[in-house]
Amino acid sequence: MSGRVFERELKKGSAELLILSLLEARPRHGYEISKQIEQRSKGVLKFNVASFYPLLYRLEARGFIEGRWVEKAGQRRRRYYRLSPQGKKVLKAQRSIWRDFVNAMNRITEAENA
Amino acid sequence: MPDWRAEVRAAIAHLNLDPAREQLIVDELAEHLSDKYDELIASAVREEEAFRLVLQELHAQKLGRRTMPAGWLPTGLRNEVRVAARLLRFNPGFAAAAILSLALGIGVNTAIFQLVDALILRTLPIPSPSTLASIETVHVHRMGRSVAPQQDLSMAQWKQLQQQRQEPFSSLAGWSTERFDLGRGGEARYADGLWVSGRFFQTLQIQPALGRLFSERDDYAGCGARGAVLSYAFWRGEFAGRPDILGQQVSLDRQVFQIIGVTPAAFYGLEPGRKFDLAVPLCSEPVMHPADVWSNSSTTWWLTAFCRLKPGWTFERASAQLAAISPAIFAATLPPQYDPDIAKSYLHFRFRAVPAGAGFGGVRAAYEYPLLLLLGISGLVLLVGCANVANLMLARAATREREMAVRISLGASRARLIRQLLIESLMLVIGGSFVGLALARSLSIALMAMMGAAHGEIFLSLAPDWRVLTFTAGLAIITCAIFGIAPAFRAAKTNPGIATKTAGRGLTAGREGLLLQRGFIVSQIALSLLLGCSALLFVRTFQNLANLNAGFDQEHILVADFDTAPLKLHIQSRLAYRRELLSQVRTIPGVVAAADTAIVPLSMNRWNEMLDFPGTRRDRELSNFSEVSSSYFRTLGIPLIAGRDFDETDNVQSPPVAIVNQAFAKTFLERSTRIGETFGVRQDAGKPDKMYRIIGIVGNTKYRDLREEYAPIAFIAETQDVEPDLDCTMLIRSNEDLAALISSIKAVAARVNPELVLNFSVLRTAIRNRLSRERLMAELAGFYGMLAALLTMVGLYGLVSYGVARRTSELGVRIALGATRSEIMTMIIRETFALLGIGLLAGMILVATAGNALRSLLFGLKPLDPLTLAAAIGAMALVALAASFLPARRAATLEPIETLRAE
Repeated sequence: MSGRVFERELKKGSAELLILSLLEARPRHGYEISKQIEQRSKGVLKFNVASFYPLLYRLEARGFIEGRWVEKAGQRRRRYYRLSPQGKKVLKAQRSIWRDFVNAMNRITEAENA
Repeated sequence: MPDWRAEVRAAIAHLNLDPAREQLIVDELAEHLSDKYDELIASAVREEEAFRLVLQELHAQKLGRRTMPAGWLPTGLRNEVRVAARLLRFNPGFAAAAILSLALGIGVNTAIFQLVDALILRTLPIPSPSTLASIETVHVHRMGRSVAPQQDLSMAQWKQLQQQRQEPFSSLAGWSTERFDLGRGGEARYADGLWVSGRFFQTLQIQPALGRLFSERDDYAGCGARGAVLSYAFWRGEFAGRPDILGQQVSLDRQVFQIIGVTPAAFYGLEPGRKFDLAVPLCSEPVMHPADVWSNSSTTWWLTAFCRLKPGWTFERASAQLAAISPAIFAATLPPQYDPDIAKSYLHFRFRAVPAGAGFGGVRAAYEYPLLLLLGISGLVLLVGCANVANLMLARAATREREMAVRISLGASRARLIRQLLIESLMLVIGGSFVGLALARSLSIALMAMMGAAHGEIFLSLAPDWRVLTFTAGLAIITCAIFGIAPAFRAAKTNPGIATKTAGRGLTAGREGLLLQRGFIVSQIALSLLLGCSALLFVRTFQNLANLNAGFDQEHILVADFDTAPLKLHIQSRLAYRRELLSQVRTIPGVVAAADTAIVPLSMNRWNEMLDFPGTRRDRELSNFSEVSSSYFRTLGIPLIAGRDFDETDNVQSPPVAIVNQAFAKTFLERSTRIGETFGVRQDAGKPDKMYRIIGIVGNTKYRDLREEYAPIAFIAETQDVEPDLDCTMLIRSNEDLAALISSIKAVAARVNPELVLNFSVLRTAIRNRLSRERLMAELAGFYGMLAALLTMVGLYGLVSYGVARRTSELGVRIALGATRSEIMTMIIRETFALLGIGLLAGMILVATAGNALRSLLFGLKPLDPLTLAAAIGAMALVALAASFLPARRAATLEPIETLRAE
C-alpha cells in the first residue's frame, strides 16, 4: 500500500472522530471546524469544502450533531453545530477504539524499530 | 466581493436538490467561502489570486464529478431531463447499446402491431362502419359450386332477399370479386374486379372522386357490358390520373365497358389486405360468362350481401328478423335438381346479420392468429431486451454509487433520485421508440411481401394511426417500467457512507444487487429457450411441409392455362381443339411429358362427387374428382399400380371409365376385385347414377392441401367429356429453362390461334407460395429466436465478466493457494452453467405451458417435441459456453501478485 493511499484512508476514516472531538468543548461553525483541524494538525490534515460539508451533513443526518443558524451582533449569520447526546456517546466509543488502535500500532511499530 | 452564492449554486445545481435544502447549502457554503476569501485578503493575497484559490477549493473535488460536469441548470423536471440527456451524451456507448436493444424490441413489436392494426383492428374507410352488417347463410353440407371467394348466395337468393325486404335495413347491397383480363389475346394481364349491385356504393355511403358511381339504374337484367367504375389507385396507375377519362373504354375479358367514375382514394374495397381495380354491375355477369352464366344457376354460390342497419336495430334483432324471412327465401329458391334429402337440409338454411364494419375477407382469417401469436413472440423478445438493459443499468449503478451517496448526503430525497433515474430510463426508451418506429416501417413492408406470396399481393395502408402510436407509447412506458424501476430503487438504496469511501466495493457487488442481476439473466435464458423452441418448431413445420412427399414429383412442372373463350368454339369441336393443342405442346423440344387436368394438385381447388357402389351397402360416399388426359400420371410421376392409363380407345362413345388412387381402393373396394369394378356418380334429382368402370389404380397423391391425409380420388377421362369447359389447364414437364419453354408455348398458341389467352405458373413455386404463412412463421420466429439468443449471450457475458472483475482478489488468492488455471476456468464456467440450469428449467416450464398456443400452426410435430427441446437446450448451452469462455479465460490468466497488490 502506498503512503499516499494510507494517508487518505487515515484521514477519511478518522474525519468523523475529528469533527466530533472539536465539537465536544463548544459549538462551532463549519469554517471554524475546518480551520481548527488544519491548525491543530499543523497543516497535515486539510479538507476542502466539497468533501467536508457532505461529511458534516451526514453526521447531522445520523443525529450525532445538530446544526442551527445563529446571528450575532456585528457578525454574519452562521450555522453552528453542537454535539448531540447521541454524538457524545459515539465520540466516547470512537475515541476508545482509536486509542486502542493507536496503541496497537505503536506497539508493533516500536517493536519493529527496536 | 465575489458572489459566492452564485458560485455555490452553480456547483451544486446539477444535484437537483429540493429548493429549500439547496438554499441552506448555498448559504452555508457561501459563508465558508467568504470567510476563506477574507482570510486570504487579510494575509495580503491579491484579490484575483484569492478568488482563484477559493474557487479551486470549491471545485477541487466536484460533487458527483464522475458523471456530472458542473454547470448552471434550472430546477424542476426540465432540469432532470437535461441532466439525463447530458448523462447519456457523456456515456455514448451505454446509450447506444441500450437504445439499440430497445429499438430492436420496440421495432419488431410495432411492425407486427402495424399489420394487426391494418388487417384486424381498423374499420373500413366508410362513414359509420359500425352499422354495416354482412348477411351470412348458416348452413351444413351445401351442394353446388363456389366460383368466387364470396360464396354466401346464388343470384336467385340475392333477388329473393331484395324482394323480401326488410325492416331492419336502410339499404342492401350485393357483391363478388373476379379477375378480369385487360388484354386482347396472348398472355393475360389481370385486373382485380368487383361485381357490385346498384346500391353498393350508396349503402357504403361513398362519394365519387370523379364522375359518378353506380345507382340502381345501372343494375338491371340484360344490361350487357356498360359502365365501369375505377378505383383511385387504378385510375392513377393505368390512366395516369387523367381527368378526361370519363366515357373512355376499358376492355375486360374482351368485353368493352365505359368508364363512368372513380372512387375516392381511401376506398380500397371491402377486404383488408386486398385492393380492387375496377367495379362492374352484377347485371353484366351473363355477358362475361356466356357459356356458363352464374346468374342462371341456382347452385352457383358467388355473392355476398351486406346492409346498413336502421337506427335502433341491433345485430341480434336483425338476425332474428332475417331468420324469420329465411324459410320463404329458401323455399322460393330450392334447386330443382336436389334429391329429397338435400332439399330438406336446404330448406333449413338460415340468414343472419353479423358486424362487417371491419371488412370482409380471407387474408384476415389466414393471418389473424399467426399475427397475434407473432405479437406475443415479439413481446417476449422485447422482454429479453429489457432484461439486458436492466442489467446494463444495474452494472452502471455500481459506478454511480458515489454520485448517489453525495446527493443523499446533501439532502436529496430518495424519491427524487428514483425520479431522476426513471427519467433517464424514459429518455432511453424514447430514443429506442423513435429508432424502433423507423425500423418498424421497413419491417412491416417486408412482412407484407412475405404474407402476399400465398394470397396474392397484399395491400395495407401502413400510415401510423393513433392506435399504432398509442401502442408504441404504451410499449415504451411498460418497457421503461420493466427495466428502469428495479435499478432505480436499487440505486436509491445507496448508503450515504459510501460517499467518502473511495475503494468501496460496488453496492451491486452486494448479495441483493447480484441476485437481481442473476434473476434477470435466468429469466432471459428461460424466455430465450421458449423463443428458440418455437423458432425450431416453426422451422421444422415449414421443412416438414416443404419436403413432404405429396405422392408426385413437383419439380420441373409448368402449369399453363389456355382460355379458349375468345375463340367461341362449338361444344363439339372443343375436345378436338384441346387434343391438337396438347399434341403441339408435346412436340416442343425439351418437353418430356404434358397432360390436361381439371384440377391442379395442391391448388386449394376441390371437386367432389357423391358415389354409390352397386351390389354393396356403400352409397352416398364422397370422393375427390379430377378429369385428366392420358399421360397425366406419367407427367407427374405418379406410379400406375394396376391396370392401364387412359388412351384413344376411351372416347365419348365408349363406356365411361375411371382410374382411382389407392386410398379410393382401400376405402371403397374389396381388395380382390378392384380392376373392372364399377361405381355410380349421383346425378340431379330423378336421373340415374352415371356408371364408371375402374380400369386402373395409381399411387396416392395429396389433392387440395399438403396438410390433409391421402384421400380417395377418382380420375375420369377428358376424352369422354361431352361438355368440355372453355378453358383448359395443361401440366408440362420439361428439363429446359422455364423462360424458354414459356416463349415456345406462346409461339405454339399464337400459331394455333392468336386470340388464345394464356397464363403461366410454376407448380413447385405455387405450392411453395401456399406455404408462405409457414415460411413467415419460420423466418420470423427464427429471427426472433436468434435475436433473443444473441441478447442473452451479451447479457450473460456482461454478468460473468462483472463477476470475474468483482472477485479478482478472491481468484488471486485461489491461484496463489495453488488452484490451477483449468480449475479456475471450470469454476467460472460451472457457475454460469448453474444459472443456465435454473433458466432452462424455468424455460421448460414456459414451453410446457405456452406450447399449446402453437399447436394449430404446427405440422408433423407436437409442441413438446423432445428433439426440438433438446436442440434448443443444446443451443442455449452453446450460448452460455460462448458467453462465459472469455471471462473465464481472463480469470484463469490472472496474476496472483497483481491482484493482491491491487487490493
